[in-house]
Amino acid sequence: MSDVKKIATRESYGKALKEMGAKIPNLVVLDADLAGSTKTAVFRDAFPERHFNCGIAEGNMMSIAAGLAAAGNIVFASSFAMFAVCRAYEQIRNSVAYSQLNVKIAATHAGISVGEDGASHQCLEDIALMRTIPGMTVMCPADDVEGRWAVKAAIEHEGPVYIRFGRAAVPVVFEEGHQFEIGKGAILREGKDVTIIANGLCVASAMEAAQMLEKDGIDAEVINMCTVKPLDDELVVRSASKTGKVVTVEEHSIVGGLGGAVAECLSEKCPTRLCRIGIRDRFGESASAAVLLHYFELDGEGVYRQVRDFVRK
Amino acid sequence: MDAQALKKTANEVRKGIVTACFYAKAGHPGGALSSAEIYTYLYMVEMNVNPARPDDPDRDRFVLSKGHSCPGLYAVMAEKGYFDKEELKTFRHLGSRLQGHPCMRYLPGLDMSTGSLGQGVSTAVGMALSARIQHRDYRTYTLLGDGELEEGQVWEAAMFAGAKKLDNLCLIIDNNNLQIDGSLEEVNSPYPIGEKFAAFGFHVIHADGHDFEALAAAFKEAKETKGKPSVIVCKTLKGKGVSFMENVVSWHGKAPDEEQYKIAMADLERIGETL
Repeated sequence: MSDVKKIATRESYGKALKEMGAKIPNLVVLDADLAGSTKTAVFRDAFPERHFNCGIAEGNMMSIAAGLAAAGNIVFASSFAMFAVCRAYEQIRNSVAYSQLNVKIAATHAGISVGEDGASHQCLEDIALMRTIPGMTVMCPADDVEGRWAVKAAIEHEGPVYIRFGRAAVPVVFEEGHQFEIGKGAILREGKDVTIIANGLCVASAMEAAQMLEKDGIDAEVINMCTVKPLDDELVVRSASKTGKVVTVEEHSIVGGLGGAVAECLSEKCPTRLCRIGIRDRFGESASAAVLLHYFELDGEGVYRQVRDFVRK
Repeated sequence: MDAQALKKTANEVRKGIVTACFYAKAGHPGGALSSAEIYTYLYMVEMNVNPARPDDPDRDRFVLSKGHSCPGLYAVMAEKGYFDKEELKTFRHLGSRLQGHPCMRYLPGLDMSTGSLGQGVSTAVGMALSARIQHRDYRTYTLLGDGELEEGQVWEAAMFAGAKKLDNLCLIIDNNNLQIDGSLEEVNSPYPIGEKFAAFGFHVIHADGHDFEALAAAFKEAKETKGKPSVIVCKTLKGKGVSFMENVVSWHGKAPDEEQYKIAMADLERIGETL
């Protein structure tokens, strides 16, 4: 897919923050000494009086965000997913979410595509953790277009939101101006033999896999599921009823993330054969993003193989 | 409110604390009783708050970082007129606005939901920061326990407040020297408290937390301090006012039974008669 335009969703985040900062005077952004990497520095350079670096203290940052929100601000708090979510989980739960405050946790460098930094920095549990918190909206945009939309949608949504962004440049899947809605999945490709539900950078892999499956005579339906919570149950059930086989694909642990959410939905509403593709209950490794995506079978080829084997089983 | 009236109000707050915990058959009376004068001074004198306008954007803010001490906060809010004192008897009951630890979504007038130690102080920092961004004159107060100072987040918050020179922020430490498992020194001493905050860029004030004159002078000094946040380290007695609870660690988190409740209320009635 070398001819496809690639942009990291963290770049989309910085761009959208700056754009919205000009329109929304009470938009305040916090970072924890990673502003250059998370791209909140783009906002900082435009609106220095509304950007605060909390230093390397993520728990404090989340609670400060809660205080700022309680005083009438819309607050984005950013760090790498590992530190924003895993380290500051309890602050997000108790300071932010329990009071239903208007804090948007925008975490970057999620998943194995962090690359060389290795397992200590590769968060594979963030979607699962955020999904357990009452009232939390959880999004994992697929590309630059959806990434920028997610920031705007989070601002319009009253209450806590978690958005997951990535470090690595990923293919642009959507046309500019594509219509999105929180809690609504979208069928990117219609098919009748198997449903592939993906989000984040795995959407591009799923689309690539679907093309390869076609050559094997397997007609795959591909669904982009940016919002993991609230999940678009209706779409999941409708597609599962049609194809009778569902595969989830995510750059996250197969425990508790998109795969977990879809499994919960299907087992209650429409029991269907399910295959969860993702990181199989283990930690990551050091290597380049491309090498790791191949190693963990999350590139187009890896997804293709796994879906093919599942369908033929 | 004059000194005599303040003392009487603090005594009423203590009755409210004991009553709330008795009817709840649970709660944390010890560290609420030690803060009764602090609560009373804040709500009756120091803070610009009005029960009729709990959402006023220019009101002073109060965050109870030691959230378990909320029977005292609820009792002083009742005295201030946020709600009827009878409601104190619903504390910790299903459907009550008076949750076991404060929830701002349940009760107007609460500026933050707290209970998990170390977090409230950071939220207060956020409120103080917001006043600066929004060019508002309000001040933010937050009450911490001395045991709470063992939470690392307190020092993350202190470092940030000191670095950003948040002089509209005032921390109050209820230094009753007892935490659940024993005295501070027995558990994990945060001493010396004042020196630590000074090193984090705070103006440090020490006061007798049961003496209204001392509290008045301390809050005045805090308000007049510019260019750095203030902390008032209040020496207090856990369980103050109830004979059998004073300085007894086991009264951190349990309720009096009926007989104990009668003794406690009689203690407080007697104190009230001397005022």
